[in-house]
Amino acid sequence: MTDPVLSVRNISKSFGALKASDEVSIGLLPGEIHALIGPNGAGKSTLISQIAGGLRPDSGTVEFLGQDVTTLGTAARARMGLARSFQVSSVVPDFTVLQNVVLAVQGATGHWMGFLRPVMKATGLTEAAINFIDQVGLTGRYTIHAADLAHGERRKLEIAMALALSPKAFLLDEPMAGLGVEGTGEMTKLLDQLRHKAPILLVEHDMDAVFKLADRISVLVYGRVIATGSVDEIRTNSEVQRAYLGEEAVL
Amino acid sequence: MLRERILNFVFAFGLLAVPLIAYVSDAPFVITLATKVAILALAGVGLNIALGLGGLISLGHAAFFGIGGYAMGILASHAQSYTLLTTWPFEIAGTKSMLIIWVVALASSGLAALIIGALSLRTSGAYFIMITLAFGQMLFFFAISWPAYGGEDGLPIYLRNGFPGLNTLDPIQFFTITYVILGLALFLSSRLSKSRFGLALQATRQNPERVEAVGMRPFNIRLTAFLISGMITGLAGALFADLNRFVSPSMFSWQTSGEIMVFVILGGVGRLYGPVAGAALFILLEHWLGGINDYWQFLLGLILLGVVLFARGGLIGTLVGREVAHD
Ligand SMILES: Nc1ncnc2c1ncn2[C@@H]1O[C@H](COP(=O)(O)OP(=O)(O)OP(=O)(O)O)[C@@H](O)[C@H]1O
Ligand SMILES: [Mg+2]
Repeated sequence: MTDPVLSVRNISKSFGALKASDEVSIGLLPGEIHALIGPNGAGKSTLISQIAGGLRPDSGTVEFLGQDVTTLGTAARARMGLARSFQVSSVVPDFTVLQNVVLAVQGATGHWMGFLRPVMKATGLTEAAINFIDQVGLTGRYTIHAADLAHGERRKLEIAMALALSPKAFLLDEPMAGLGVEGTGEMTKLLDQLRHKAPILLVEHDMDAVFKLADRISVLVYGRVIATGSVDEIRTNSEVQRAYLGEEAVL
Repeated sequence: MLRERILNFVFAFGLLAVPLIAYVSDAPFVITLATKVAILALAGVGLNIALGLGGLISLGHAAFFGIGGYAMGILASHAQSYTLLTTWPFEIAGTKSMLIIWVVALASSGLAALIIGALSLRTSGAYFIMITLAFGQMLFFFAISWPAYGGEDGLPIYLRNGFPGLNTLDPIQFFTITYVILGLALFLSSRLSKSRFGLALQATRQNPERVEAVGMRPFNIRLTAFLISGMITGLAGALFADLNRFVSPSMFSWQTSGEIMVFVILGGVGRLYGPVAGAALFILLEHWLGGINDYWQFLLGLILLGVVLFARGGLIGTLVGREVAHD
């Protein structure tokens, strides 16, 4: 058995009376895509935030690369290689594509205390950034402002920024959301390549994509993981059928 | 981009040409006005780093302006009365040396910026505006009730402080000092905006969550911006006090904070030369409108309203278009 890259142990988080995470445990093994599915409001994004560091769990621990990171801030976790994308694309709107990725390259090194030399003329940074932009298929779009990108391109830009962190794990919150058939196909292909760089914890509503990509699936309902297993196990799990899949009639 | 550079050059050249012409035609009052523009523009350049690049709406920059002013006032008053500032733990004497005064002004306003920033940057939006305002007001009332250095009446300094090799009492020579410092601050500000720090700061203004997700802490970035910003405004305060040979609590007043912000907004928030254009416009309006009408502040208010409603890019933005530098 290989050690998990990421393990979440018994995490709970309440918003008032609402239990958004209820004793959640979930692991991410090297090389795998672990999909996290569940109905709207199940607590998927809340869980991602607790893993990434934006939200502190009420109890439970997050372990990343063998280290307890539960009390570590978001920035420190990112520098360790925990790379995320947001459910609603989150980039720097007035920056160009290149500036966005240079920002991420610079962030990964933790070195932002340069005050006099122009950062966009630091060839080490820009060359690395261009390489990441090319990897996600945004070649030639370097000088377009992020605000002017098409929705799907902005999703890819987020992936390029994640790549810049020398990721040891990806946390992707609904990367296919709003992409359409063609965009979803492209993103599926991209994620299939990403898994060779680092394992992916993938929150996704698109079941075709999930079944195509996932090695394992966990199902979250009302803040609880009701099942974890292989694609086939989850497809045939009756509790899952009732709680989630049946209701959406995707099978 | 090119148009903005040309316009910047026009402003830089204009601010130099006016006092030179005034010097030749023996109009020292005009030189003093130009000096005032240079100093107030410097204060605005400081604020513009926090406000324009960082999006930090500080209504408390009078704190740094005043601290710079009092750094000058306290040091110079001890020098002119031949008394010591302190005798314990070691003796500190006053000074009439501008260079030493500048270093003290930079250090003390920087320290204040660190403290005020560390406390106020934990909040955002209206709370941040209110807390910075409150710190400015605290210092204002402290200055009023501190009798050792003039209290409410302020503190006159009889002779302008000295600079090696120059006669600082000669208006054109003192102007030159302020002009060179303004130029250095603009150079620094321009480099800063394109540096690693500038990239991080401008990203933090737009999307702090994203900045954090790629490994940098918005708080640290903002605090650094606040520090640099406060120091530059503090240096302007020391020069302003030297220009007037007088410091008073009004340097700490919220009106002062407001005026510094008005320079930035009039000229164009986030534009390199915005504070220069804004301060020049402000002083011209004050001089012209103030001469014909007692209610010039009312007219200034109308102009400000017009800028905010119809010309968001300020004077510079209106003249060169909306495009902001991205190189
Ligand atoms: N900061 C918050 N304060 C209060 N309630 C919150 C907060 N964040 C999330 N919630 C609530 O917690 C529950 C889980 O939300 P979450 O966004 O994690 O769901 P999700 O599984 O990501 O849903 P979706 O599929 O719609 O993205 C929801 O009921 C939501 O309203
Ligand atoms: Mg969600």
